[in-house]
Amino acid sequence: MDSIIRIENLIFEYQRDETEKPVRALKDINLEIKRGSFTAVLGKNGSGKSTLAKNLNGLLLPTGGTIYVNGYDTKDEEHIWDVRQSAGMVFQNPDNQLVSAIVEDDVAFGPENLGIEPAEIRRRVDKALNDVNMGAFKGKAPHLLSGGQKQRIAIAGVVAMKPSCIIFDEPTAMLDPKGRNEIMKIIQELHAEGITVVLITHFMEEAACADRVIIMHNGEVFLDGTPEEVFSQGEKVRSVNLDVPLAVELAAKLREEGIDIPANIIGTEEMVEYLCQYK
Amino acid sequence: MSIQVKNLKHIYEKGMPTESVAIEGISFEVGDGEFLGIIGHTGSGKSTLLQHLNGLLKPDEGTIVIGGVDITAPGVSMVDIRKRIGLVFQYPEYQLFEETVAKDVAFGPKNLGLGEEETEERVKEAIELVGLDYDDIKDRSPFELSGGQKRRVAIAGVVAMRPEVLILDEPTAGLDPKAHKDVLNMIEEVHRRTGNITVLVSHNMADIAKLSDKVLVIDSGHMVTMGTPKEVFSKREELSRVGLDLPPITNLTEELRQRGMDIEQTILSVDDAARQIAEYLKDKGHNKC
Repeated sequence: MDSIIRIENLIFEYQRDETEKPVRALKDINLEIKRGSFTAVLGKNGSGKSTLAKNLNGLLLPTGGTIYVNGYDTKDEEHIWDVRQSAGMVFQNPDNQLVSAIVEDDVAFGPENLGIEPAEIRRRVDKALNDVNMGAFKGKAPHLLSGGQKQRIAIAGVVAMKPSCIIFDEPTAMLDPKGRNEIMKIIQELHAEGITVVLITHFMEEAACADRVIIMHNGEVFLDGTPEEVFSQGEKVRSVNLDVPLAVELAAKLREEGIDIPANIIGTEEMVEYLCQYK
Repeated sequence: MSIQVKNLKHIYEKGMPTESVAIEGISFEVGDGEFLGIIGHTGSGKSTLLQHLNGLLKPDEGTIVIGGVDITAPGVSMVDIRKRIGLVFQYPEYQLFEETVAKDVAFGPKNLGLGEEETEERVKEAIELVGLDYDDIKDRSPFELSGGQKRRVAIAGVVAMRPEVLILDEPTAGLDPKAHKDVLNMIEEVHRRTGNITVLVSHNMADIAKLSDKVLVIDSGHMVTMGTPKEVFSKREELSRVGLDLPPITNLTEELRQRGMDIEQTILSVDDAARQIAEYLKDKGHNKC
């Protein structure tokens, strides 16, 4: 099947200062991200997941190996804007991503830099703001919005560039539960529209929405599979200091009490359904 | 040592066309050594309330008596209040500024006018209380630490002032699962070892249920309810009306109850849930599902 991102033998090293030995943050990663898929990337701080994300749209360039985005090598300077236009990025803190004093100007910033016709920019900005349910706020000042609203504007700014893929680097980490739900809903809608989603997160419930889960550990891919395949290995997930979804935790404790629960139950609703058969 | 808040009201931009009532009619008590959890939506007035508790804001109406002293009274010494009541803001690591961890943690005690020896002793104690190794970390730059470590150093800076009341505003926001757990355990440990009053504001209902003796719910600047976690989280509809969820495990067990499974109401821990569900299933003869 068609891959939008192909990572071949990726190595990434950085040096704190000249006297120190370089640190190898990513060690020989090989991955393919299918067009239209929804991949969640998990891992504790320092596991290399954000470094990987920044390599995906050329914000960081590989020390070794190659990354192809939409067929373009991220190291190819001539095509760096093709890479960035193909793979947009949304970061953790919306305050660091908004540049204009008016919401719609902010969303237009990206397309303007792509040299797009003004009438087309207008269309894209309106569509992008509607996509994130912020159409009514287009004339407002971003700093008067809530965290969740600001993050939606940041997403609209990326959507307006019509990327095939969006990489979200912990987009909900600084939001309250309501803001988090809003953003997850929008990510799922964008995915339904055909955009490839790579979501880096610490929230297991968010990862459970994806169709593929990758767990990074010490700069390597530690687990890779469907949410069921990954989360059913509760002990392994915990061994790299991550949580498991509630249903997986409960299933493990029920097994200790002598109740058999199938390994593929990872969601709360499935768990309720399963247990209710026996009431 | 106890806290009595009576009929608290605060108006922002009083007398201006933009005037708005941030909190109103808030009354509650926290007893000696208690752990109070505060929950409410963003914008509900939680942070405004916290800022009153250590005298950063003065109420327009009402009183706050802490350890017998009315901190809202005119002429009360703010230095004394802040000695006794420590407030840890959201993302406290943004306030780290010194060259070394030890110097950063020492900033508060030094400003209390403590001598060098006493300061060093407190710094050492605070760094160890937050679960870090003093000798290993004291000379390092706070800026080269991991996110969870930075957060703990920032909290140590407040703990070093030995506050009788420690207030924390979403201390685990933005941390990874491991750091989250570490910081939470640390708060519990500090509470246990110092016997302080701890006030925790959090969006994480599981954490609130686990740690609090009492939970205060606020919405649109008003008190909705207050009680033990069991009492508060038994009011599912009331909480849902103000946009708050139950702890995830409570949600799951309530769902099971609604579907007819006969288990206890308002189960707050996964261990409890597993025990009760297993018991129920075994009673029904389903020990080998």
